Amino acid sequence: MLAKRIIPCLDVDRGRVVKGVNFVNLIDAGDPVENGKFYDEEGADELVFLDITASSDKRNIILDMVKKVAETVHIPFTVGGGIRTLDDVRTILENGADKVSINTAAVKNPAIITESSKRFGSQCILVAIDAKRNSTGNWNVYLNGGRTKTDIDAVEWAKRTEELGAGEILLTSMDRDGTKCGYDIELTKKISESLTIPVIASGGAGTIEHLYEGLTEGKADAVLAASIFHFREISIREVKEKLKNRGIPVRIV
Amino acid sequence: MITVIDYGMGNLRSVVKAVEKYTEHVRVSHDPLDIERSDALIMPGDGAFGMAMDNLKKMGWIEPLLDYINNDGYFLGICLGFQLLYSASEEFGLREGLNIIEGNVLRFKVPGLKVPHMGWNQVKLVPDSKFLEGIPSDTYFYFIHSYYPVINDKSWVLGEADYGIKFPCIVGKGNLIATQFHPEKSHNMGLKIIENFVRNVC
Repeated sequence: MLAKRIIPCLDVDRGRVVKGVNFVNLIDAGDPVENGKFYDEEGADELVFLDITASSDKRNIILDMVKKVAETVHIPFTVGGGIRTLDDVRTILENGADKVSINTAAVKNPAIITESSKRFGSQCILVAIDAKRNSTGNWNVYLNGGRTKTDIDAVEWAKRTEELGAGEILLTSMDRDGTKCGYDIELTKKISESLTIPVIASGGAGTIEHLYEGLTEGKADAVLAASIFHFREISIREVKEKLKNRGIPVRIV
Repeated sequence: MITVIDYGMGNLRSVVKAVEKYTEHVRVSHDPLDIERSDALIMPGDGAFGMAMDNLKKMGWIEPLLDYINNDGYFLGICLGFQLLYSASEEFGLREGLNIIEGNVLRFKVPGLKVPHMGWNQVKLVPDSKFLEGIPSDTYFYFIHSYYPVINDKSWVLGEADYGIKFPCIVGKGNLIATQFHPEKSHNMGLKIIENFVRNVC
């Protein structure tokens, strides 16, 4: 049976993992490669590296990281953050990433979804959607890391990205992100049920219960979490064992 | 020398890196003449079936590749390199494949199940393949595909996965093995398949 995926997310700035990572067993706590290897060994199903570097030599720094991660980690990994052009997609994939995550550029230039999925296969094109609930009870799409509001409806946009050739959706609830009070289940469920491509739930996971809810009520195919894994509050193995006991198919290494 | 075939279908780096864990004698080549100086071929690949066949044809791979496989050369196919072995695929209209294995590649159409079949799924193994030593049945491997093969001659099947329907995901005979999943992305047990392949060759 297909396992539900548990995906740790790492924010990377200038080639270093940020967000208060404090692994005890690692020599270099901020090294993306070491972090990736640690999660790989713990049984993570995939990894997502989100590059938040603002500097001008961003491109070289990120490609260097992608190369090293690809040499060390033998599970699939996604790279996102500031991917704007078909050429960005190509170089990241050529350097060893399995998937790229496109967010702002996908809204500004939807053709990038179609062109890159035609060129490289939809399996490696993940569209990230940052969504925030509005007063009417629907959700708006936000861009530029949540700083720019659009009038686009998140559910409609998700359906459109599927038609355009997205292989998967990374759905982040901005209302829940960083709160540790659980995924936006209603949003996750609505989008997951509207699509035939897989949906990764993100934003708000603070407990194993939240992961369970995301996968069951939220109908997500995978759950992404950052803080609960980084701070070693819960290990991936522990998460998977608890989920397994509650009837969720997971892969335990 | 193990040659990884570069026919313009996706990223070969992860496969090469995985092979390099077990031998330094690996190279990437787009030139079919390199078959003569190869002890084994690996054909990875992602993307569309039709374009892959067009590329193989254009680059002159088809005949040398068929000769090589028919003479029981060591061959590892991965993902698209697994699907191309069949007679035909219905991806974007019916397209002819390499026809090493009689059977067709069809699109998943299971109500309620998402396409692509993406993620870690368990594989039921047929015991006693030299390439699958040390790998327990029901091990999880990483899949990402929208099409699956239906095979007439079941003697090819070394492993099956279940995604609404049961389908062959490892096939092999003699010195050939091919997997629908990505061994290079399937953690220790995936690497074990690559290690077994390399050990058999070298």
